[in-house]
Amino acid sequence: MFNILHAEFLAPGIKRFVIEAPRIARKQRPGQFVIVRIHEEGERIPLTIENSDPQKGTINIVVQSLGKTTNLLNSLGAGDHIMDVVGPLGKPSEIEKFGTVVVMGGGVGTAMAYPTAAALKQAGNKVISIVGARNKELVILEREMREVSDVLMITTDDGSYADKGFVTDKLRQLIQNGVPINLVLAIGPIPMMRAVADMTRSEHIRTLVSLNPIMIDGTGMCGGCRVLAEGKSKFACVDGPEFDAHQVDFAVLVQRNGAYRSQEQQSLAEYRRALESHLKNTDAEGKGICAAKGVTQ
Amino acid sequence: MTVPPKPSLNPVPLKERMKLPRQNMPEQAPEVRATEFTEVNLGYSEELARQEALRCIECAKPACTKDCPVGVKVHEFVQMIVAGDFLGAAAKIREDNVLPAITGRVCPQEDHCEGGCLMGKKVKPLGIGYLERFVADYEKRMGVSPAPNAPPTGKKVAVVGSGPSGLTVAGDLVQKGHKVRVFEALHELGGVLVYGIPEFRLPKQIIHEQLDYMRAMGVEFETDVVVGRTVSINELLEEEGYDAVFIGTGAGLPVFMNIPGEHLNGVYSANEFLTRINLMKAYKFPVYDEPMLDLHGKNVAVIGGGNTALDAIRSALRLGARKAYVLYRRSEAEMPARAEEVKHAREEGIEFQMLTNPIEFKPDGEGWLGAVRCQRMELGEPDASGRRRPVPIAGSEFEIPLSVAVIAVGTTANPIVQSTTPGLGTDKRGYIQANSDTQRTSRKGVFAGGDIVTGGATVILAMGAGRRAAKSIHDYLTTGEW
Repeated sequence: MFNILHAEFLAPGIKRFVIEAPRIARKQRPGQFVIVRIHEEGERIPLTIENSDPQKGTINIVVQSLGKTTNLLNSLGAGDHIMDVVGPLGKPSEIEKFGTVVVMGGGVGTAMAYPTAAALKQAGNKVISIVGARNKELVILEREMREVSDVLMITTDDGSYADKGFVTDKLRQLIQNGVPINLVLAIGPIPMMRAVADMTRSEHIRTLVSLNPIMIDGTGMCGGCRVLAEGKSKFACVDGPEFDAHQVDFAVLVQRNGAYRSQEQQSLAEYRRALESHLKNTDAEGKGICAAKGVTQ
Repeated sequence: MTVPPKPSLNPVPLKERMKLPRQNMPEQAPEVRATEFTEVNLGYSEELARQEALRCIECAKPACTKDCPVGVKVHEFVQMIVAGDFLGAAAKIREDNVLPAITGRVCPQEDHCEGGCLMGKKVKPLGIGYLERFVADYEKRMGVSPAPNAPPTGKKVAVVGSGPSGLTVAGDLVQKGHKVRVFEALHELGGVLVYGIPEFRLPKQIIHEQLDYMRAMGVEFETDVVVGRTVSINELLEEEGYDAVFIGTGAGLPVFMNIPGEHLNGVYSANEFLTRINLMKAYKFPVYDEPMLDLHGKNVAVIGGGNTALDAIRSALRLGARKAYVLYRRSEAEMPARAEEVKHAREEGIEFQMLTNPIEFKPDGEGWLGAVRCQRMELGEPDASGRRRPVPIAGSEFEIPLSVAVIAVGTTANPIVQSTTPGLGTDKRGYIQANSDTQRTSRKGVFAGGDIVTGGATVILAMGAGRRAAKSIHDYLTTGEW
């Protein structure tokens, strides 16, 4: 059991949890992730570690409500528990002095990009960060990213905050303006990462992406998270999660991530139905994991 | 060494014993079991067990014990069954084997104790596995508590991995008075016993009972710890105060075939397919959250001829597959799977396509598997494994319509522990190098055994390595000599 010490919404549907996990806090390096399972019948899902505090023995994870498990997780708060948290998993980001690094975070991907940006800055790089979101409300970690960036650019798809457009528009401007770029790290939705890869390929700019395929054990045992990179099967959990963007077959990633879409939708629909009927019958304050589970069973 | 009881307790004259028929294991009917995950074998009754035990011809030099990787004193425990002392028999097995209810179910006895049984040269060998299972289950029903451990030694041992080798090390060492803590990467204990072997062959309840017994012996367990990531071997030794570490991390990364179409949805490794079913209970979706493709009415094939392959395809059948194939590139004689499992699979309606090698997974046009293209093989000269090498027959290509393919052609070493433990010697395939007698690695105080040393093998071979490691760790902790 892992205690949740603190929880707050960073944006609608995006929550940051501070979790007591001393072993993970001590070992976590930028670029790594955890796998969580929240109850006895739960699935295992990979989640972003946004930060950790080895002294306090805590890690921060950032969760976006998408399916049943993430919705259920985001209904939890301080004082609740998560059944299993395992990590830190995956290879840490390669941190050295590259020169000028462009760190791009799309949506909740910014949470994954943040610790690496901080470490790259610490290592003496010039860090140009580009953070993008659909709208103003969904821009997360602006203050944190500003602190670790020499330059921070923000885009929103609808122009409701900062500059209207996509993160790739900003990258294109940098390239066109002749800014020398030694490395690009892009973390976000697959279309965004693919667009970045396409843009930097012809410019021969080394580009890394952090992939988030369907995963079960996270230790290399099952091979469910395999991605096609460099023309070979690679496991995101042990060979990644960061890969050379120019070598990743994004079409295969999209196809494999869709394998269980209908089951995911079914799960979410049943969860919502159970939650609604529960809320109808009880005080709205009583919602949460136990309540929701009690109804589904 | 205990001296076998003499004279024999067996009332049947020696020359009559060979005439007694081997008692069959009661089984669920194939048509019933093919649709559910309950255990196939039902177990001997007391009467059947005693009848079978009477067949033992009590050889002067029993090969059964010699051929058992953990050295179970077969003759002695079988005589105790003859005498009706079932609990004594269980205690006798436990002197050498901490997981009798498990080995009694999944051990390939034909390769070990029963393979060595002299009776097997003339008639069917003694049903040693069935007898072991009987006494282990009897002991559980009687609710026997573990025997007391030796006085505390003050030494601490970390065991990495809660599979068969790790549990054996833990059980043996805790009895010697050492403090033992087992670290497991997954959320559930048991390693391959839990994620790999299906319910119908090894019910989870049996594993839980064995683990409860080990907890009662004083073994401590910690789940959700990926050693190498969550904590390193060095940190266990230098900061957490462990005097020795045993690495039993198991069979590692699944091997894929590198043929076109392997990334299509519907193509699984056996590890993933079995993990979804066994560990995550995906077949109970949506009660359990982990999803699984609906196999009802679908064609499913497994590629490979080992026990894992059969576990996977027999699971697929139970999940509603319309056709369930085993595609194996050699002939039945070369199949590594246990004969009993092949027999069970056949009875349940699994179709075996021998001398058949997949060369391409073909899409259905929407990112899903639609068919597998195969070629027929013939056997040529023996290869490095001593088995005749399969050679493609020109022009023999054909297709099987298929929705799900499960690749069960083996595993390779998981690098996490090796790559995070400086100075730990590995072989060229990445497995940990360990002395085959002492299980010592190149690092002082670090021992290893099981599939992470040998590559994919069996539960009992891993337990044998655990046994040797426990003895060697005890020697090291007692003498301090490396």
